[in-house]
Formats: sequence, C-alpha cells, structure tokens
Amino acid sequence: MPIRRLLYALPILLLVLFGWLAWRGLAPDRNPSALPSALIGQPVPQFELPPLDPAAAKLATADVGGQVTVINFFASWCLPCKAEHPLLFALGKDYNVPVYGIAFKDKPEATAAYIQELGSPYTKIGLDQDGRTGLDFGLMGVPETFILDKNGIVRYRLPMPVDPDRIRAEIGPLLKSLQQ
Amino acid sequence: MIAEFGHYALVLAFALSLAQSVLPMIGAQKGLRPWMSFARPAALAQFAFVGFAFLALVVCFVRSDFSVATVYQYSHSQQPLIYKIAATWGNHEGSLLLWVLILAIFGALVALFGENLPPRLKARALSVQGMIGFFFLAFMLFTSNPFARLSPAPFEGQELNPLLQDPGLAMHPPMLYLGYVGFSMTFSFAVAAMIEGRVDAAWARWVRPWTLLAWTTLTAGIALGAHWAYYELGWGGWWFWDPVENASFMPWLAGTALLHCQTVVEKRDALKVWTILLAIIAFGFSLLGTFLVRSGVITSVHAFAQDPARGLFILLILGIALGGSFALFAWRAPHLNPGGLFAPISREGALVLNNLLLSVGAATVLLGTLYPLAMSVIGGSAVSVGWPYYIVTFVPLMVPMVLLMAVGPLLGWKRGDLPGALQRLAVAGVLALFAAGYTLNREVGGSWLAPLGVALGVWLFVGTLVEWIERVKLFRVHPRENWNRARHLPRRAYGMTLAHIGLAVAIVGMTGSAAWKAESVKTMKLGESVTLGDFTYRLDGVEPIRGPNYLAERATFSVTRDGKPYTTLHPERRQYEVQEMPTTEAAIESSIRGDIYAVIGDRTGPQSWTVRIYHQPLVPWIWTGGLLMALGGIVSLSDRRYRIGVPNRLPVVQATGA
Repeated sequence: MPIRRLLYALPILLLVLFGWLAWRGLAPDRNPSALPSALIGQPVPQFELPPLDPAAAKLATADVGGQVTVINFFASWCLPCKAEHPLLFALGKDYNVPVYGIAFKDKPEATAAYIQELGSPYTKIGLDQDGRTGLDFGLMGVPETFILDKNGIVRYRLPMPVDPDRIRAEIGPLLKSLQQ
Repeated sequence: MIAEFGHYALVLAFALSLAQSVLPMIGAQKGLRPWMSFARPAALAQFAFVGFAFLALVVCFVRSDFSVATVYQYSHSQQPLIYKIAATWGNHEGSLLLWVLILAIFGALVALFGENLPPRLKARALSVQGMIGFFFLAFMLFTSNPFARLSPAPFEGQELNPLLQDPGLAMHPPMLYLGYVGFSMTFSFAVAAMIEGRVDAAWARWVRPWTLLAWTTLTAGIALGAHWAYYELGWGGWWFWDPVENASFMPWLAGTALLHCQTVVEKRDALKVWTILLAIIAFGFSLLGTFLVRSGVITSVHAFAQDPARGLFILLILGIALGGSFALFAWRAPHLNPGGLFAPISREGALVLNNLLLSVGAATVLLGTLYPLAMSVIGGSAVSVGWPYYIVTFVPLMVPMVLLMAVGPLLGWKRGDLPGALQRLAVAGVLALFAAGYTLNREVGGSWLAPLGVALGVWLFVGTLVEWIERVKLFRVHPRENWNRARHLPRRAYGMTLAHIGLAVAIVGMTGSAAWKAESVKTMKLGESVTLGDFTYRLDGVEPIRGPNYLAERATFSVTRDGKPYTTLHPERRQYEVQEMPTTEAAIESSIRGDIYAVIGDRTGPQSWTVRIYHQPLVPWIWTGGLLMALGGIVSLSDRRYRIGVPNRLPVVQATGA
C-alpha cells in the first residue's frame, strides 16, 4: 500500500520543509528584528492636520515637498518620546532640515503643556487626535520618525526612539546624501 | 585550575558518550552481553563527569573568578550569592551545561533504576541517550565552551541582567529543562522500540514514569515561568504567546497527548504507531525550542545571544535526531503490529479524540510560531502573530477537549455507555449553565469568552468530582465501604483527578484574568489617591533605598477597600548600578478573589510619579491550578505499578472502574 507508506514518511517530509525554512532563516544578512515599512519608496500619505497653535497654519502634505524633511510622531503620554526630545533639536540644527511633529492621539492641552515644558524642536506641529494620519503612516507606536526626500518620497522609517549612535551612523549620512 | 578540570571533565564525558552510543547498540544487535552492560557504568560515569563540570562552573561563579569569560559576562562581585549561583545557568553556555547535566541525570536514573527493563531495550535506549549527549557535548565544546578563559583577567564582571536577578531564575530554568530534557528519555525508548520492532503494553508501562516525570516538571516549569513574567516584568500579563513561550508549550501539548495515548497502549495494546510518533515529536519540540531560543531566527524577549553559527549547529543536531528517528519511523512503523480496532464510544475512543485535539492544537501553535519566520524567508512582509490568532484557532480546539475531559473518564474501556455517562454528568451541566448565566448577569458588555470559560471550568471541575464519586460509590454504599474504596483507588486515578481539577481551576483563573482585568495608569503626586473598583490607593511616600547592587525608589501605598484599611503596598523601581538598567518590582497582594498589583514608574516631576495599578481577578487560581496539575503528576508517579525499580511481577491491584 504505497499511500499508507507515504503517510509514514510524512513526518520526515515536513521536517525537510522546516529544515529548509530554518536554514534560510539563519542567513547572516537577515535581521529578524528589522521592520520593513510598506511606505518606503512610496509618496508620503496625504494629510491635513489642525495646528497646535490655533493662530498658525495647518500642517499638510503640501508642507513637505521641495526639500528633505523629517516627520516625527510623538505624544505627551509617551516616555520614550520625552527621552528622544532633546535629540530632535540637534537633528534639525545640525543637518538643517525641517522637523515636523505630529502629536498622535493626544489631547491638545496635554501636547501644549508638553511643548511648554520641553520646548519645541519642531518647525510645525500638527494634531492627529483621532490617529487617522498615524494609521495612514502604518504607525506601530510612538515615537516614530520618517525621512522624506525632496520629492516627498518616504526614504526611511524608524519605529523606535532615535539615539545619538543612530543619528551618527544612519540618519545623519542619509540626510546628507538626500540633500545633495 | 578548577575551570580547566571542569573543561577536562567535559572532554572525558564527550569521549565516553561516543562509547556509550556505539558499544551497547552493537552489543544489543549482536547479542553480546558485556557490550550491552557497558551502558550502565558509562551512563553513571557520564553523570559523574558532567556533574563535576557543572559544579566546577558553579564554583567559578561563587568565587567570582572573572578570568572565566562566562563569569565575567554574567556575574559581578557585588551580586548576592544566590544570583551568583543562579547566574551559572542564566546564560547560553551555562544553561547548555545544565541541559547536558539533566540529560546525564536521566541516563543515570535509567541505568540505576531500570533493573526491570529487558537488557536489550535498556542498552539501546541508553545508547540513544548517549548519542544525544554526544551531539550536545560537541556543540558545547566546539561552539560554546563555558570554561573559556580571558587573558588578562578583568577585575570586575559585567553583572547578570537585572531582570534575571530574581528567585524565579533559580527555579524556572531547572524545572523547565527537567521537562524538556525528560522527553529525551521517552524519545530514546521510542527509538529503541522501533529498532527492536516491538511496542506492547509492557513497553508502555516502562516508559510511562519517564513521560510522567517530564510532563510534571514541564508543567511546573511553565507555571513558574508564567508567574515570574507576571510579577517581574511589571506588565501585569502572564502569557504573551511569545515564540519562546510557545516553544515550551508545544512539548507540553505533545507530552500531554503522549501521556494519554500511552494508557491506550497499556490497556488495549493499540495506538502504538501514534504513540511512537508522539514520543519523537515531544522531544522534537524540545529541540525546536532550543533552536528557537539560541539561534536568533526569531525575535523574542527570552532569546539568548544570537549567533547563526550556533543556530546552524543546533539545526544540525535537530536534523540528525529527528531526521534519523523519522526515517526509522517511516521504515519500521508499518511493521509494528497495529493492535485491535475499537469502538468509537469507549474510553480509548475518547482518548483518541483527545489526542487529535491536542495534536491539532500543538500544530496550530507551531504554525503561529513559525509563520513570521516563513513569511520573512519567502520575502513576504514582516508579521507577528499574537493572541488574536490563538483566540480564533487554539481556543476553539480546547473547548471540545475540555468538554470531553469530563466525559472520557466516565466511559468504560472497549465499550462505553455514552447516555449513561451524560446522565451522570447532568449535575455538572446544570452547574456549568448556572455559572455561565451568573457570569453573564454580573458582567457588563464583556466578551462571550468569559461565561464560556467559567462554564467550562465548572463543568470540568464537577465532572471530575462526579467520576471520583462514582468510583468510591459515595452516597450509594455504607461510608466505611466508601472509605475503603477511596483508599484503594490506584494512585494514578488520583493523579488524573488532581490534574483535571487543576486544569479546571486554571481555566477559571485564565478566564477571569483575561476578561475582568482592570487597570489605571496615572501620574500621582504624594498624598493623592486613585480609585479602581472597590479599592482606593493613596500614595503616602516614596523613599530612596539601597540594595546590595542597586538603588531604588520604594513607594508606599495605603490601600483601602470601601473606606476601610485593606493593606499597604510597596512597589519598587530599581536602578542597577553596573548594568545601568531599571527594573520594576511590582507589589502584589493576593487573595482568592484575585490580585491587586501596583507598579511605580518614572518620576515625572519633583513630587510626582507615573503609577500603574492593576486588578487581576482570579490570577492566583492559575498558579494554584498549575500546582495541582503538577501534584497530580507526582501522585500518579508514586503509583506502585510504575514506581521506578519495582519489578513488574509484583501482584498488581486491578482496580480500574468499569
């Protein structure tokens, strides 16, 4: 009965499949923690957000064209955002890029108090109270940082706080090369 | 010097394991008695050498000998003694040594207490055990030497990860490894039986204690791990369907299935092929867990140092062990005498269904664990698989299983009386429906899982009691007769009752904690209060304190319930000095209704802190349930018919209920 024979050989066939999978998984260039973003290489999602300062203009997709831009999602309730906050000042100044802040699912008063306390590293701040824009960006949490090139194409996404080493090794060189 | 002696002992054990894997196997094949009996001294000496190496490493840690690389990386002179000792297995190299030590312990136990085993089976099983030891010792000596020296020797170590500086580390890994590695013994017996070409009731009886021992320690290990995650991580959760947690859960599912189908082999001489396959798979899952944790193919909070070279080596071991045994299976299993057919409505029929559900459950977990790996390997998007997947796949499989768990034991072997069993379970059904109604009534807008979980728990609890009542004929005969029957029930029957009741209790606990967990996250100033449910928490003070190797802020909460004083909680936030890493020490007050759980977070202002308060209803039931299950395993293990070393010709009390 060949079919019955095949049944007994099924475990070993499954093992071969697993072995192939695991062997491929061990390839040294594979980083299991990397989180590719579907947005990379795509135009930035459309958005139009009310400003934090009622007197200011809206923050919209139109703002980000023409030059290399950094978009940083943050929230007053998020502690890692607080940790990366001082670095954003340096980022904007050292590399001469506008850093746009989007306050994700945050009460405007809370955002205002947060900015009051820590200062604003942002060229402009938009409020994404219902989180729709965050959804369009495929946000996994806050903080997240995106870098757009001169044509408004997303070039980089960091789903975690920025740190000095990363600015030096990754973000800085990328900004420089995009600006040329 | 002691490190070199330890290393040397490992080399000796390695050489010996080669002899242990080859000589007894050839001896059993050719019928050479002295070659076969070489297995016994070899297994004992193996244990002595590996045990010596392990002690040598412990001594290096206790003495803080930082010239040993592992000690330098994972210990510090200011670390409390217990964590110096526990740090021995709080790292890749040392935990591998613990793995091999436990392997050697099992080998030595079989060598010592396996006197009633047929010599051939024993020689072959010990030979397979020797092969596993050989590969793992090679892995350790060639890629992960725990005794590697550093020159020049550093003056101070880098300290154990603060999250691991907890009594949990002292208990959880050894227990878990006893379980993981314990399945190596059933694996070795299965391979030996396939070579022999004979699987029968006697075989099932010889293997059962080893399955039970592995299952019991694995159960305890998983429960301890869940408890540790619950109080140490400060997230208030106890199970995250993390790949590494799954890696311990899959062998547990396979082991549970194995435990049950071995009974069928023993009583009815059927399901042999399936039992052999499960024995291989249970150990296969243990190896898979080892691979996932140590290779870095998958991200997980539990993973050790991620080194693809090591991963390749373990993959190789896994390929040889499973490939070899599956090939043997494909070749020999068709020739095993299949045994009798049986009626679907019978104890064995119920056990088949139980096995089916458990195995499909294990397969679901396997799929969920490997899916992210598969997706990323074939170039798909990065995905992670979490509880929503398991809710829709794993839970629906476990519902019929729990329903069945109350019915199965009431069915007789060969031919069961299903209407009769259901009739006897009527009281359980009524109580379960009542519990569901009560839950539904109390709960506002919750998930349908809550009444379902509570009903299942009650059904199983009452159903299991009904079975015991049936056996002792409670209320039907004179109490003295009840007492007599209760006393003479075999221990394994009590083991089953305890384990099933334990699961019932755990199910209610899991349901409660999943459905009614409440939390409040707030920034609090001194003297402020927060109310959650019936309880009010006032932040009375936060004092700095100093531990042996950390500084901490220790908060004091006065907790009142309906205005009356209830308790005081002292959560801590520690900053470990060497690792510069903060940890949270949650303060937990348990009662039968559940836990209240407080965590103090960052300081947000001169006098204010982030505070998280959780109510975790029924969580202690989970640990109690796990404990009862493990206790059931121990009780069953003490059954005289399986007691290791008791010759099987002793008169056997046949006391199985109809």
